Amino acid sequence: MTTQLRGEAVGQRLQATFPDAVTSWDDDVVRVKPDSIVEICQFLKDTPDLDMDFLSSITGVDYVESFEVVYHLISLTHNHSVVLKTTLYGRDDVELPSVMVVWKGADLQEREVWDLMGIVFRGHPNMKRILTWEGFPGHPLRKDHLGG
Amino acid sequence: MALPTESITINLGPQHPSTHGVFRLRVTLDGEVIQDVEPIFGYLHRGTEKLAEERSYTQIVTLTDRLDYTSSMINNQAYVMATEKLAGLEVPERAQYLRVLTSELQRVASHLMGIGFFLQDLGAMGTPLMYCFRERERILDLFEMVCGARVTVSYMRPGGVTQDPPPEFWPALRTLLSDFPHYIGELERLISENEIVLARTKGVGLLSRELAIDSSISGPNLRASGVAWDLRKADPYDVYDRMDFDIPVGSNGDSYDRFLVRVMEIYQSLKIVEQCFKEIPNGPVRTDVPFFFRPPVGDAYAHVEASKGELGFYLVSDGSIAPYRCKIRAPSFINLTALTDMLLGWKVADLMVIFGSLDVNMGEVDR
Repeated sequence: MTTQLRGEAVGQRLQATFPDAVTSWDDDVVRVKPDSIVEICQFLKDTPDLDMDFLSSITGVDYVESFEVVYHLISLTHNHSVVLKTTLYGRDDVELPSVMVVWKGADLQEREVWDLMGIVFRGHPNMKRILTWEGFPGHPLRKDHLGG
Repeated sequence: MALPTESITINLGPQHPSTHGVFRLRVTLDGEVIQDVEPIFGYLHRGTEKLAEERSYTQIVTLTDRLDYTSSMINNQAYVMATEKLAGLEVPERAQYLRVLTSELQRVASHLMGIGFFLQDLGAMGTPLMYCFRERERILDLFEMVCGARVTVSYMRPGGVTQDPPPEFWPALRTLLSDFPHYIGELERLISENEIVLARTKGVGLLSRELAIDSSISGPNLRASGVAWDLRKADPYDVYDRMDFDIPVGSNGDSYDRFLVRVMEIYQSLKIVEQCFKEIPNGPVRTDVPFFFRPPVGDAYAHVEASKGELGFYLVSDGSIAPYRCKIRAPSFINLTALTDMLLGWKVADLMVIFGSLDVNMGEVDR
């Protein structure tokens, strides 16, 4: 059984290393600041007893007053998982750093989030649309797309 | 005098017999050698995630059929598991067995198609594919008995499955189970020691263990690279924890291993179906869930080992009858991450072999 690491345990460890980066945690989620996402992911991947070597998925959710990006991480070695969430405010020029430097698996997924949700991943080498075509109006998974 | 050379860029697809759907590769070649590859897709994008936001939880089951249309049962299972987690629904034991049983049959059908088309890409026109389709047909006949549909099954529902299979299903399944090892053995003898298959696939399109994990590759492609990671074992769902089966693992991560892992998995799936057949208890097949229901506000992520890899659904509920967000973690899509790395340096003739060995399904890539 994949153990879902408790948000509190991971959150406290992250807070000890990155005092300003962790905003809150609950049972199974750690919420972090968008600008620290790369350092936090690198720490989760490199720490031997966490060893989050597999980026399962990246999701963008539009809550209208803010965007949320959700990272599902798994460790194939220890068979445990953790969920990271980060909140982005604003409607235009929403951006956060790309985690492609940590996992190559972020490549297509970040492009998908950009295409459908309109969140720019800073530092991604090929930030182009992927499922729709260049010139497509707007980002279809936003709640206000085509007037909502 | 040395002649100047130039690299050329060609388009492969979007309409190409070997892409099994609409998929385009922009390939830069130095003579015959691949220098750069850019996969271009989205031609089959139907906006499944957006459509899901305007349908009730029960209605979305039909959308999941059309993701990877060669493994609808498994898509159903992943989706209903996410809704059950979100809404806290119980699933009767018999329904869990039926889900595992049908999903494993579906995995056999999907792998048969993967193997058949892979061999077709190698140039074995027709014959092996027809063998594979003959056997897949038998499984689709069983699905027709269970739910009336062959491909877009929509058999599962939040809280169970739609109906109990009719009495004639069980003897038909018995016959299928006794016929299949012979069928697959025949296919294996025909192919796996064939000189041409070996020459074209052994050592071709290497995917190292490290690159596979780093690129989030899952399913048979990851296992062919030597990683024994299977969610049916690692994170058992429904009744997989009661099943006795092995995880076939490759050693080299080449096209041959990816092909062989699928053949081996068929045997393991049949073993699971056999166990379900013997152990399935009597009882209800669905808990009482209304057609429209409102899960509490929150989110849930459920994943299963689909025939192509880790298929996950991330659902967000705002307390209404439709999900606020329905994200699909599609294994075929994410498995394409490593495609460029796998193709660089190989000859253009190996391109379709390597692409075919990944066994991607465009319905799932584009969603």
